[in-house]
Amino acid sequence: MTESASKIASDVRSGARTAASTVKESLDAIAARDAELHAFLYVDDLGARAAAIVVDAAIEAGRDPGPLAGVPLALKDNLCVRGVATTCGSKILNGWKPPYTATVIERLVAAGAIPIGKTNLDEFAMGSSTENSAFGPSRNPHDTSKVPGGSSGGSAVAVAAGYVPVSLGSDTGGSIRQPAAFCGLVGYKPTYGHVSRYGLVAFSSSLDQIGPFANTVGDAALISTVICGHDPADSTSLRDGYPDLMGALERGVAGLRVGLCSDLLDGADDEIVAQVRAAAQVLEAAGAEIIDIAIPELRLGLSAYYLLAPAEASSNLARYDGVRFGLRVERDDVAAMNVATRTAGFGAEVKRRIMLGTYALSAGYYDAYYGQAQKTRRLITNALDNAYASVDVLLGATTPTTAFGFGDKVADPMSMYLSDLFTIPTNLAGHPAISVPFGVGATGMPIGVQILAPGRKDDLLFQVGAVLEKGAPA
Amino acid sequence: MAGLARLELSPEEVETYTAQLGSILAHADDIAGLDLGGLEPMAHPFDIENVFRPDTVTPSLERDELLSQAPDVERNRFKVGRILGEAP
Amino acid sequence: MNGYETIIGLEVHCELKTATKLFCGCPNMFGDEPNTNCCPVCVGLPGSLPVLNERAVEFAIRIGLALNCEVRWSNFHRKNYFYPDMPKDFQISQYDLPLNSNGTLELPDGTVIGITRAHMEEDTGKSTHLGGSGRIHGADSSLIDYNRSGVPLVEIVSEPDMRSGAQARAYVAELRAILVAVGATDGRMEEGSMRVDANVSVRKPGEPFGTRCEIKNLNSLRSLQRAIEFEALRQVDALESGERIIQETRHWDEQAGRTGSMRSKEEANDYRYFPEPDLVPLAPSDAWIEQIRSALPALPKERRARLLALVDKSDSATIDLVATVVDRELDDLVIEAVASGAPAQLAVTRAANELDAGGVLPSTASFAATCQMEAAGALSATQAKAVLAALVDEPNADPKELASRLGFEQLSEDSLGATIEEVIGANADEWSRYVGGDDKLAQFFIGKVMAATKGKANGKAVIAELQARRN
Ligand SMILES: [Zn+2]
Repeated sequence: MTESASKIASDVRSGARTAASTVKESLDAIAARDAELHAFLYVDDLGARAAAIVVDAAIEAGRDPGPLAGVPLALKDNLCVRGVATTCGSKILNGWKPPYTATVIERLVAAGAIPIGKTNLDEFAMGSSTENSAFGPSRNPHDTSKVPGGSSGGSAVAVAAGYVPVSLGSDTGGSIRQPAAFCGLVGYKPTYGHVSRYGLVAFSSSLDQIGPFANTVGDAALISTVICGHDPADSTSLRDGYPDLMGALERGVAGLRVGLCSDLLDGADDEIVAQVRAAAQVLEAAGAEIIDIAIPELRLGLSAYYLLAPAEASSNLARYDGVRFGLRVERDDVAAMNVATRTAGFGAEVKRRIMLGTYALSAGYYDAYYGQAQKTRRLITNALDNAYASVDVLLGATTPTTAFGFGDKVADPMSMYLSDLFTIPTNLAGHPAISVPFGVGATGMPIGVQILAPGRKDDLLFQVGAVLEKGAPA
Repeated sequence: MAGLARLELSPEEVETYTAQLGSILAHADDIAGLDLGGLEPMAHPFDIENVFRPDTVTPSLERDELLSQAPDVERNRFKVGRILGEAP
Repeated sequence: MNGYETIIGLEVHCELKTATKLFCGCPNMFGDEPNTNCCPVCVGLPGSLPVLNERAVEFAIRIGLALNCEVRWSNFHRKNYFYPDMPKDFQISQYDLPLNSNGTLELPDGTVIGITRAHMEEDTGKSTHLGGSGRIHGADSSLIDYNRSGVPLVEIVSEPDMRSGAQARAYVAELRAILVAVGATDGRMEEGSMRVDANVSVRKPGEPFGTRCEIKNLNSLRSLQRAIEFEALRQVDALESGERIIQETRHWDEQAGRTGSMRSKEEANDYRYFPEPDLVPLAPSDAWIEQIRSALPALPKERRARLLALVDKSDSATIDLVATVVDRELDDLVIEAVASGAPAQLAVTRAANELDAGGVLPSTASFAATCQMEAAGALSATQAKAVLAALVDEPNADPKELASRLGFEQLSEDSLGATIEEVIGANADEWSRYVGGDDKLAQFFIGKVMAATKGKANGKAVIAELQARRN
């Protein structure tokens, strides 16, 4: 599927094409290649066809199904859809069918989008490669010997392989931006609180945010305009201050102060640093002012993140106890059943993080680990706020390397965690960031550049992203 | 720690995890030593307060749909094995 | 007690009378079909998120203000522990920053008990145990109903300021009256809407506090007092025979009348409290707090004072009667009846002893008129009580008419006088002794007159007639 979401929607709305044919095209593409790439854990063939009929019927009846009319959409499999099995890439959910639908999906469907299926992910969104999925990894369409990134790897592959024009992922420490960079896509993490988390299976509640993958900055803006907005079902949802993303696309960057941040570059491969510098030149040529800036506090983000996120996760994942839903490994007494169920149901990385988080919160260690990490989070946020006094946005690398090979980092969790170094600080601060494809590395693998903006200033990302998209190497 | 998290680890796993957690916590030494005394711990990205819902009833789930996902059900209740010990 | 004193601190969990649960819109209802008042939030399904019930906060603030607490900026924490009736395997509660802290509660006798805190939290589901005795121990399996899961609770923690079971009982009775008065709860202990845990220790006066035990399952005022008294004696016996008290949770067995150890936990608890990331802080504005304060109804203490001022007596029997009237929410009726002419002492006595707070009450006018008739001697005490009982069926009936329907025709003064003359004539010896100053014989003559009139004579009128003839 080579058309953009905005082209599909305008064609469907004008009657130039049908939702049914669009969905068929999407399903055919999946059938042709997904045995190899494994983007999807579940393809809702019937559901998608039925939804397409509904959209087409609306058009025929003269009603407008909405700005995403007939647009096929892939959903990371940690988003709940009523009656559709949700796995979170884990054995522990064991075919669980949620009795309710996530707010984002309700918004998308109300806008005419058609969910095609649920995509692969690292178990409970913990990982950077999809290798932690209980159902096997997804493969990078640019080179199937390489990982697509993670944790939202399946959603990245679904767009990069041309199955769907847009998809949803979730980003806790870089889980949208990193696979977007690895797969040559636009990946956007909105300001925390801009997209309702109601119906997103929690990994780390104060860091998780849903966002899109798209081939273009414009498509990312289009779908984000639909998914962003206040939701009374999410106490952390922001009430107001939603910027106009579509309007930002044509605004240009003249006069914008862009901070080229050494702490979002140092440690990245040379070919990536070179592309980020080339991106800065594109912006400068378009009228932006490039300012070199150092924010050394960002380096501390990794440690803070790998204490805070597992701490919250250890609590969020307690409910997988075999009592109310999902897997149960029967034992005589409940406590033993809990242990047997969780031991059998969770994979190695999830167990590792639960242990780490339990430790960080436990009596005697709370102040040294969790408490100190919370203060570090404040330190980093203050440092970013301080930087934004002198620049409007920050520019850096999304990832230190291009997509790596399967198995390269499995044995050493710390090396895997380090691939999140540049994406983590924005999650800690709750700020928005976007990864935009910009050139390729020596092996032909895509490179992403990252733009960071202050909280609620998401429009700046689209302003800059649109300019970079036009100026990116062919 | 595994008991608190209701997980059981094999001796090999204990060894691997201990080493891995050790290296992660060693990395965290970069923040453990910082003097951050004056900083307010940050639990939320934004300082919003007082988010409420009105005290009005909204529909509950259909019981059959709720119980259909349960591993074991008896008399319309979730069934579990023996509970050792009272709630704390 | 061998010179020991008992030290008691209480933790009272009170279910708030909201329409919905604390974090979701499911009905806050008892007795419904199991698992029908449940949604993704209160069953802890993946992806669900809590949103705080504003009315529950208002109720909690009312409680805080009624207990003279500081009401402050607070937040919610997760208390992490695994238990099957706890759907998320953590409880959303408040930890180091409770909504209400540093309050006081004054008992009817004037003793002031410190309130450490009154914080908000969610209730758990309910388990039914199968096999064995139906108790948790010895059961083969358990069935769980999550209708109660997520019901709003306020936990009121006292300072260890109480010194006897009776005082603990008075504290809970007064606390319950306050909670009911502010409309935050229905206060039904037997049905579990108020649950009490008692921390009990003993010491010789002047020594530091001893090791305490926590007693659970106290679901009536009576068992609270009995359990504390038993436990204190148990601890004294143990100490006197050279044992040490182990800090533990004990279960009150109502049948056996004793506390028993509950130690069967296989692991130590480490609740790993941390701020609930799915909720934002609770920062009640001064304006909101003042608005709630100004709308608070009169509290029991104030209402008792108001009645005592009307009666203008302060003996312990009157204090008890007044406490009963307020406890049964009959004080407004009494005050209105007094305003329309009923004598205060009589109105309080009759309200406390004859009226059923839960049932139908007489209209103010009928109640006042009955009291007035009795005071004027138109009805005997027995007759007045019968009229009040009859008013339950006809709350607005005219007591005069009821009295005549009940056959309580008044003896005329003349016929009473004639009867008294007859009685005096038949008991001349006693009469001369009575006239000579033997006051005990008043009782004798009243009895004789009553018998002669088949109870229709008014006691006061008889005394007045006797007095008149004696002088
Ligand atoms: Zn509910």
